[in-house]
Amino acid sequence: MVTRFLARHRYTVQRIGFAVITLTAIFTVLPIIGTIIYIFVKGISAISVEFLTGFPSNGMREGGIYPAIVGTFYLTIGTAIFSVPLGIAAAVYLSEYASNNKWTRLIRLAIVNLAGIPSVVYGLFGLGLFVLFLQFGTSILAAALTLSIMTLPVVISTAEEALRAVPQPFRTVSISLGATRWQTIRRIVLKEALPGILTGVILGLERAAGETAPILFTGAAFFLPQLPQSPFDATMALPYHLFVISTQVPEMPIQIQYGTALVLLVFVLTMNIIATVIRSRARAKRQW
Amino acid sequence: MEKSLSWREFIITRLIQGSGYSAILFVALIFFFLLREGLPTLREVDISSLLNVRWYPIESYYGILPLITGTLIVTIGATLIAVPFGIGTAVYISEVAPRWMREILKPIVELLGGLPSVVLGFLGILVMVPYIRLFMNLPTGLTAFTGSLLLGAIAVPTVVTVAEDALDSVPRAYREGAWALGATRWQTIWRVTLPAAKSGVLTGVMLGVGRAIGETMAVMMVTGNAPVMSLRLNSLFSPARTMTATIAAEMGEVANGSTHYHVLFFIGMMLFIISMIVNIIASSVLFRSKKRAERILS
Repeated sequence: MVTRFLARHRYTVQRIGFAVITLTAIFTVLPIIGTIIYIFVKGISAISVEFLTGFPSNGMREGGIYPAIVGTFYLTIGTAIFSVPLGIAAAVYLSEYASNNKWTRLIRLAIVNLAGIPSVVYGLFGLGLFVLFLQFGTSILAAALTLSIMTLPVVISTAEEALRAVPQPFRTVSISLGATRWQTIRRIVLKEALPGILTGVILGLERAAGETAPILFTGAAFFLPQLPQSPFDATMALPYHLFVISTQVPEMPIQIQYGTALVLLVFVLTMNIIATVIRSRARAKRQW
Repeated sequence: MEKSLSWREFIITRLIQGSGYSAILFVALIFFFLLREGLPTLREVDISSLLNVRWYPIESYYGILPLITGTLIVTIGATLIAVPFGIGTAVYISEVAPRWMREILKPIVELLGGLPSVVLGFLGILVMVPYIRLFMNLPTGLTAFTGSLLLGAIAVPTVVTVAEDALDSVPRAYREGAWALGATRWQTIWRVTLPAAKSGVLTGVMLGVGRAIGETMAVMMVTGNAPVMSLRLNSLFSPARTMTATIAAEMGEVANGSTHYHVLFFIGMMLFIISMIVNIIASSVLFRSKKRAERILS
């Protein structure tokens, strides 16, 4: 009965079905756009030169967020220093050297697992290994190392995908001209895959820049009266600062909270947009 | 010259190989350090008090059951939100939307995946919490339900991206076959495309659930952080405290090497094992589908 009814009205069913699906998509996407616009509108009035270049004062209730901006910048750079070479090398191994055997499958499984480990567990690991065991203390170094291991799976998988997209004949021709395997990889394959790799690197760093949980016990400081002087100093960071001022400080002016959220959002969005632009440009330019 | 070149080649190859294997090393290191700091728990606290309903570390009550139920409630809620919206959006992007729409929607959904969870938690506190308190007429808006809503939103992009990938890789011939037999596009989606992409969609759901279990900051900021044990239906609308939030909230204040410190690492160890199980299942589902696709192609 029902089947026959549905069959007779199958175009009505389709129309209703499509409407429902479209609605779910709208309900998924609109809040994202809404969130971004809302933070822009609410936060923009807090932005000023003093806010961006000043130190917090009066228990964070006044002044700027300069040390947090600088801290997030340092952490992102630090993460890049460790995760970019290691991640690209690992991707080169998986795409150019590894044969499809038990060990390679184990590596892939490890990467999938790294990607799934909760961020706060990375924080625990960083505390156990870098802060306490290696005695780096609560420092930029410990936090950046923790963040780089967390970023690694993103860099590896996107870079590998980019490397694999380079057509096989490129390699064959280069090798047949007498280049060694490494020369081929460095001068041909890596060069061709560069935009894709860059996209992956930026997306990975974007995640690292916005994370709070991994740096909670490895490098983030509640408040510092001066900028960190060396990699062994703790640092303030934008995400942690936002967490602190929105939950830990009583009578925090709402303006500064929205302003901080906006700066963090702009930091992350800029990286995201750069990555997207690089990717779409490379796609448009590609001749193969 | 010839010789130095081959030496360089040899060293570089070894370095690259080492980097490849480093992923295994890191997983092993993480597990080792969690065990090293977490296992002393079993010596210091006996199992019966660990599997208790009271979490009150100041007076040495280390019952982790309320934290587990907290994680469970919030994650189930998040899954109930993320699955329909995630799969719905994936189907829309892959099967219904016109091409230009797809090009706009995909980066936006990816953007949601990149938004820092602390920003979402911040907005949760300021926007969602007061409204939920008002509409549901609750004493506080900091509830497990609020956490579920937010976590659902955080898990959606994972589900969408993976599921959309799976739908997209269903060969066009499948759909054309269905259309040729007189099926509408809607019937094709439900009876041909989605079943064909089933394993990939399932992987997306698994990974989304994994993301929800592991999410820390947003959940800590909006769930009210009350380690209360209850599994009744209305516990969804009272404050809760997840495993991740407990670690994040308390680790900063404990003395290194104390029992409390070890118990927090023990919880981290449990989270690690849970995420490992989720990911192994998810990736084995993925592998199976790949093999089937290869079979079809050959």
